[in-house]
Amino acid sequence: MEAQNTEPSTATENGGSIRRLIITLLIIGPVLALLAYGFTRDARYITSPLMAKPAVPFTITLFDGKKLSLDDLKGKTVFLNFWASWCPPCRAEARDLEAAWQKVKDQNMVFIGVALQDTDEASREFLKEFDVTYPNGKDESGKIAVEYGTWGIPESFFIDPQGRITYKHVGGIRASVVVAKINEAAKGIVSAQEGKGDYQPVR
Amino acid sequence: MTALIGHSAIVLALLAAVVGIVAPILGARGQRERYFEITFVAILGQFLFVTLAALALVYGLIATDFSIRYVAFNTTRATPIYYRITGLWGALEGSLLLWEWILIIFSGLVAWIYRDRHKELMPWVLLVFSIVSAFFLGVIAFASNPFETISPVPPDGRGLNPLLEDANMMTHPPLLYTGFVGLTVPFAFAIAALIVGKLDEAWIVTTRRWTITAWFFLTAGNLVGAWWSYHVLGWGGYWAWDPVENAAFMPWLPATAFLHSIQVQERRHMLKVWNLSLIMLAFSLTIFGTFLTRSGVLSSIHAFSSGPVGMIFLFFLGFVLLGSFGLLALRADLLKGQPELDSMVSRESAFLLNNIVLVSALFTIFLGTIFPLISEAVAGVQVSVGAPYFNSVTVPLFLFMVFLMGIGPIIAWRRASWDNLKRNFLWPAAASLVFGVALFFWKVREFWPILGFTLLAFVVATIIYDTALALRARKRIAGEGIVRGLITLTRRNQRRYGGLVVHLGVVLIILGIAASMTYSLEREATLDLKQSLNIGEYRIQFEGLKPSRQPTHQRIEGSFRVFHRGEDEGVLSPALKFFPTQQSPIGRAVHQSNYSEDIYLILSGFSDLSSNRATLKVLVRPLVVWMWIGGFVIFFGTLICICPMGKARSQED
Repeated sequence: MEAQNTEPSTATENGGSIRRLIITLLIIGPVLALLAYGFTRDARYITSPLMAKPAVPFTITLFDGKKLSLDDLKGKTVFLNFWASWCPPCRAEARDLEAAWQKVKDQNMVFIGVALQDTDEASREFLKEFDVTYPNGKDESGKIAVEYGTWGIPESFFIDPQGRITYKHVGGIRASVVVAKINEAAKGIVSAQEGKGDYQPVR
Repeated sequence: MTALIGHSAIVLALLAAVVGIVAPILGARGQRERYFEITFVAILGQFLFVTLAALALVYGLIATDFSIRYVAFNTTRATPIYYRITGLWGALEGSLLLWEWILIIFSGLVAWIYRDRHKELMPWVLLVFSIVSAFFLGVIAFASNPFETISPVPPDGRGLNPLLEDANMMTHPPLLYTGFVGLTVPFAFAIAALIVGKLDEAWIVTTRRWTITAWFFLTAGNLVGAWWSYHVLGWGGYWAWDPVENAAFMPWLPATAFLHSIQVQERRHMLKVWNLSLIMLAFSLTIFGTFLTRSGVLSSIHAFSSGPVGMIFLFFLGFVLLGSFGLLALRADLLKGQPELDSMVSRESAFLLNNIVLVSALFTIFLGTIFPLISEAVAGVQVSVGAPYFNSVTVPLFLFMVFLMGIGPIIAWRRASWDNLKRNFLWPAAASLVFGVALFFWKVREFWPILGFTLLAFVVATIIYDTALALRARKRIAGEGIVRGLITLTRRNQRRYGGLVVHLGVVLIILGIAASMTYSLEREATLDLKQSLNIGEYRIQFEGLKPSRQPTHQRIEGSFRVFHRGEDEGVLSPALKFFPTQQSPIGRAVHQSNYSEDIYLILSGFSDLSSNRATLKVLVRPLVVWMWIGGFVIFFGTLICICPMGKARSQED
């Protein structure tokens, strides 16, 4: 009640208004700028802490019934790929993976495909459709995917003969990249950065 | 056809909104009455057209008109009618339409109720409504159109996100949106008061009930969201400090602060700038929340989708913040010359402290929420901030708030004398201390829990003691018994006693949170048929898997018999649901509650159906049920505050 009739017209009071306006702008501006900055980056992309660390051991039952354990593969270079039959970029990269496998399979290298959140039937169908010949199995409990920190598929890991992860690739990957990176892994070269393909978040 | 009707209605509503913005401005130069009528009609027009559009979309969903993209993406022919309707807010486009619909219902109500009052303020109030409405209509019409068509028309739709196939879909989003939108009412009055320069208490008194109502919906929306998370998402928790949860919770903090500090302004004419700032902040945070969900700027389990909408919301957020705080900066001269605090020991200062606590909580939660952005902008590394941060910074703040909840409603205005303090607080303080010591000797030994439970007891003790004194006075004066006395007291001061009941509800919620945060048990095991697992006083026995066919999905249920202290308590059947359009299974946890604890079962996996083997996760969470009961108590308290009961009515309007 008491203030409503005062007229804010003197010069000093106007100066006060402008000062207050500037302060308002100085507080709000940076917040807005920060939020706008958010658009320039991918919030879901977090660099994996696994690079150059020892790969977590796991045992997997393959679709042909045999068991495969990562520990038994010490001394070999390993390419590990997480996929599912229902994921479009996995379909897109399937032929590339097989082609890469054909190129390197006579060297001391192993490819392992791990199917996630998929039915047995659909997975087998997928392997047949793309004539996949390297060992593939199912991550029954989803534990392997958790250990490797995958939250979307496809994701691929390269493991050197000492069992260290040398490179991680998120999203679809090309045959040439697989061959180049597995050869680097064989020499124990750890990449500085993870790779990113066409990204297809699925969870 | 449906699509055409819907989209045309949106465009027409947008035109009406533009009229609603222009008319008050023209009216300010003269012929106010005539232009007010035009503004009024513009609001009415928006209401009719938006309602038509919303009904068109609902009709499209019910009739499974798959030529509408939104319908095709959010229903299937197999979807039960219930979820077809809730499909209206199952995805981005529809939820914006729901928001706009609720907004324009509120605007229409305000326009109608105050059509003959507040002649000076009303055109500007309706202007603010029209601006907000025009923004949403613009987004719906051009950036995120729910009536977009597809061709060729698909034979069947893709279906709602399976997590949204839940009974709470009917309650959680509408409640939360109603809370968000409800805050527009006090915001609009605040802006109108600033524009007109009429900065007395009129806008606060007028919007008080609206604010309480919005606050209630906001509280209920958050609680039902927690309940939904608890029983649907199947991880055994109700709150994860996810960015979008924070976004829904953040407006609650300044809104709660506002509810308290406006009482100081009403009574003592203080805190004018502060109150205006709080309501502007609360409203801005509702827009910020929508921005977060729609922009994909922060990683969250809730994020709808990215796209142009996020950017548009950011512009609007900037407009709201700069516009409203800029206006406040310009008008601040009118707000000078307020009385000052008489004493630090008074109700004003308790309320002021409560405000500081709430705003500090807001600041820490806001900081934690956007910290990944800050760290990446400054250090180039994205650091995510998890529950440990939020818990460790907010728990002390909220416990202090509990303490103030005991003090604030009881302590005297202006200056509390030593006698006054002794009379009001000696017994409650003593009683709660005895309670705390008893807890310690019983089994609670950790610092934070014992402090928390003691403070909660203190709040309850102050409320009971104060009410008991008042009842004794009633008995002496009018010879009324307890029930009669309570009715008289409540009718004489609805706000006070309604508020105290709300406080009791908050106490119950905090009790549930504190107990379940501190004393939960958790075990996971893989069980063969007839094998069992022990946890706390429970034994859980596995009785086999059962597949079943549901309208929209396949379901595998595990049956587990629960024994509590050796007594058979029946079978619980957590399930995994397999949706043909989703491929990855969705868990359906189940739980059994009693007043002291919940037993919560999650089927985390199973082997082949034939071998009957399942992996089960079990949680025992104490006192969770009191959170939901607290919600009902708050509802009851809110009703006491806002329902006309005859007596208290003359204070306002």
